Amino acid sequence: MKIHEYQAKEILRKYNVITPKGVACFSVNEAVQAAQQLGGNVWAVKAQIYAGGRGKGGGVKVAKSLDEVRQHASEILNMRLITHQTGPEGQIVHRLFIEQGIQIEKEFYVGMVVDRGQQRVCLMASSEGGMEIEKVAVEAPEKIHKVFIDPITGLSQQQAEEVAQKIGIPKQSLPGAVTLLQGLYQAFDETDASLLEINPLALASEQQVMALDAKMNFDENALFRHPEIVALRDLDEEDPVEIEASKHELSYIPLDGNIGCLVNGAGLAMATMDIIKLYGGNPANFLDVGGGATAEKVTEAFKLMLRNSKLQGILVNIFGGIMKCDVIAQGIVAAARDVQLKVPLVVRLEGTNVDLGKKILADSGLKIISADNMADAAQKAVNAAK
Amino acid sequence: MSILINHNSRVMTQGITGKTGQFHTRMCRDYANGKACFVAGVNPRKPGENFEGIPVYATVKEAKQQTGANVSVIYVPPPFAAAAIDEAVEAELDLVICITEGIPVRDMILTRYKMQGKKTRLIGPNCPGIITPDEVKIGIMPGYIHKKGRIGVVSRSGTLTYEAVAQLMSLGLGQSTCIGIGGDPVNGLKHLDILQMFNDDDETDAVLMVGEIGGTDEEDCARWVKDHMHKPVVGFIAGVTAPPGKRMGHAGAIISGGKGTAQEKLEVMESCGIRVTRNPAEMGKLLKSVL
Repeated sequence: MKIHEYQAKEILRKYNVITPKGVACFSVNEAVQAAQQLGGNVWAVKAQIYAGGRGKGGGVKVAKSLDEVRQHASEILNMRLITHQTGPEGQIVHRLFIEQGIQIEKEFYVGMVVDRGQQRVCLMASSEGGMEIEKVAVEAPEKIHKVFIDPITGLSQQQAEEVAQKIGIPKQSLPGAVTLLQGLYQAFDETDASLLEINPLALASEQQVMALDAKMNFDENALFRHPEIVALRDLDEEDPVEIEASKHELSYIPLDGNIGCLVNGAGLAMATMDIIKLYGGNPANFLDVGGGATAEKVTEAFKLMLRNSKLQGILVNIFGGIMKCDVIAQGIVAAARDVQLKVPLVVRLEGTNVDLGKKILADSGLKIISADNMADAAQKAVNAAK
Repeated sequence: MSILINHNSRVMTQGITGKTGQFHTRMCRDYANGKACFVAGVNPRKPGENFEGIPVYATVKEAKQQTGANVSVIYVPPPFAAAAIDEAVEAELDLVICITEGIPVRDMILTRYKMQGKKTRLIGPNCPGIITPDEVKIGIMPGYIHKKGRIGVVSRSGTLTYEAVAQLMSLGLGQSTCIGIGGDPVNGLKHLDILQMFNDDDETDAVLMVGEIGGTDEEDCARWVKDHMHKPVVGFIAGVTAPPGKRMGHAGAIISGGKGTAQEKLEVMESCGIRVTRNPAEMGKLLKSVL
C-alpha cells in the first residue's frame, strides 16, 4: 500500500526526522492560506500523487510570492500529471502540499528496502541526490553504499555514521544525519514498511540534514496491525478495477492487450499470459482467482474483465487440485449466463473431476471453445480474438 | 531415497483444529503411507483432544517427545504463523513446511534471523508443500496427479507446479520429489538448496526447475548448477509479459528497480548450461529431451 508524501513526512516527524514545514491542501485558496500561515517568501507547491517523477512532469514548482503560489496551485490542482511512473494516461492531481522553501547546499539519496538475498532490511545511500536510484545503480554503482540492518539491534550509531560519511555528509552534520537515519529505520520497522525513499535528502543552510521528499510503501500482509496506516489510503489514487478486485479477494492487474485471462494460482496466471504472447496475442490482464474460488468469485472475475472495452476474448485456464473442475465449470456457466457474454470464451480445465467439468461446459448450450492443454488453449484464444 | 521426506517421515500438523488444517491433514493421511506418517497435531488450547484419531498436543516439543515426529506442517493463520515456525525450530525438528499465505515480511525476517545456526530446515511460507510420490505428501497439492519416478521438480508456485507434473506424467515420467518453495520474498529453502539435494540424491536423474519474476534466486541457483551439478536441469520462468512495479499475485513476484525480470533469469540460466523454454506448455517435453 502506498501513501502521499505529506502523510509519509507526518509519520517520519514522529521518528525525529526533520522535514520542511508544510500543509496539505485541497483547493487553491487553501494553498494560498497555507503559504501565508507558513510565512517566509519562498514556497514549494507540490502535487500529491503516489507516482514518482512529479518534478519532471511539472507537478512541483517553486513560488516566490503569494501570487505565484496561487498561480502554480491553480495550474497543478486537477491537472493530469504524467510521469514515467503513471503511464501515458497520467494521474489527476487532487491534493497539494505547500512547503516552506529551503536553501539547499547539497542533495543526497537514502532508501530502505527488504533485501531478499540477505533477508534483512537494506539501507542504501548515495551522494547522487535527486537522481533516479535505478540510473545511479547502472551508471555508477560504486556510488551506492549499502548497509544490512540487524533485525534485533537495529541500525547502530556506528553504521549510520559510517554510511553518512561515505556519501559526503560534512563532519558537523553527522550527529543530525545519524539521528535521521536511525529514525528512518525505526519508522520503517515499526510501520511494517516495504519501501522508504528520501530523494533528495538535503543538507540545508546551517548544516541541517532534512528529508525534502518522502516516499513510503507498506507490506499489505501487515496492514491488519496498522489501522492508522490503512486510514491514510487514498482511493482516488488507485485503479477502481483493482479496488473492486481486492473486495472479492481477487488478484487483478489490467494490461494493454485484448485477451482476458482467468487463472487459479499466480504462477500459472503469469505463465498463461506468457503463452498468449508467445502465440502472437496480447493478454488484457493478470487475474488469479486463488485456490478456493467459488462460483460467485468466478462471476465477479468475469465482470471485472468485461469492464475492459478492448476485450475481444477470454481464456480460462484452471488446474483443479483442491478446487474441483466441476465446481469451476458450474461457475463459468453461471457467470457466462449472468454477464451475457458476447466475446469468445476458451476454457481449459485440468485436474480433479476434469471430465465432469468438461461435460457441464458442453451441456450448457453456451458457445464455449474447449481446449485440451495450455498450448491448444492459447492458440484457440489468439485465433478467436482476431 | 528421494529428498527431505519419505515414508519414514513422522509429521505433526500445527493448526490441526482449523478448517484448512483438518481438511489437508485428512487428505495427506489418506495418501500412500499417510496413515503411518501423520502422527500428531498441535493446538495450545486443545491438548488431549484428537482429530480423527490423531492426538493433539499443547506444544511442538511435547508432540515430538510423545510421537517422535520430526517434521511439521503449518496451517496457522498469518498473524501467528511465524511464531509457529519459531516453535518448531526451537523444538529442533528436521523440517518445517509452512503453507500459510500472507505472513508479514517483518515477521519472516525475525524468524529467519532466529533460525541462524539451527538445524531445522524451512519450506515456504506461502507454498503448496512437498511430496515424495507414492510415499508421503505434506501439503495441499493433489496427490493423485503424481507418480513415483526419477525426476525432481522445484518451483515457487502451486498450480504451475501441478501443470509441470501433469506434463511429465503425460510423457510417462514419474517424480522423485516435488517441492514448492513458495512465493514470498523472505522464505526458507531456495532453488539452490533444493538443487544441491537433488544432485546428491541417487534416485533423481534430472531436475525441472520452475521460477518466476522477482529476486535473484534462480540466477544464484544457475551459477551453482554451472559449476557443480552433474545431472541435467531444465527450466521455465513465468512472467516474461509481467510489467515492472506490479505485484503479480505472489508477494515476491515483482520486478523492482529493474531487477528480477524473466528475460534476465532465462539468459543467466542458459549461459549456465540450463536448457530453458519460453513456452510453459513444453516444460515436460524439454525435460524428456535431455534424458
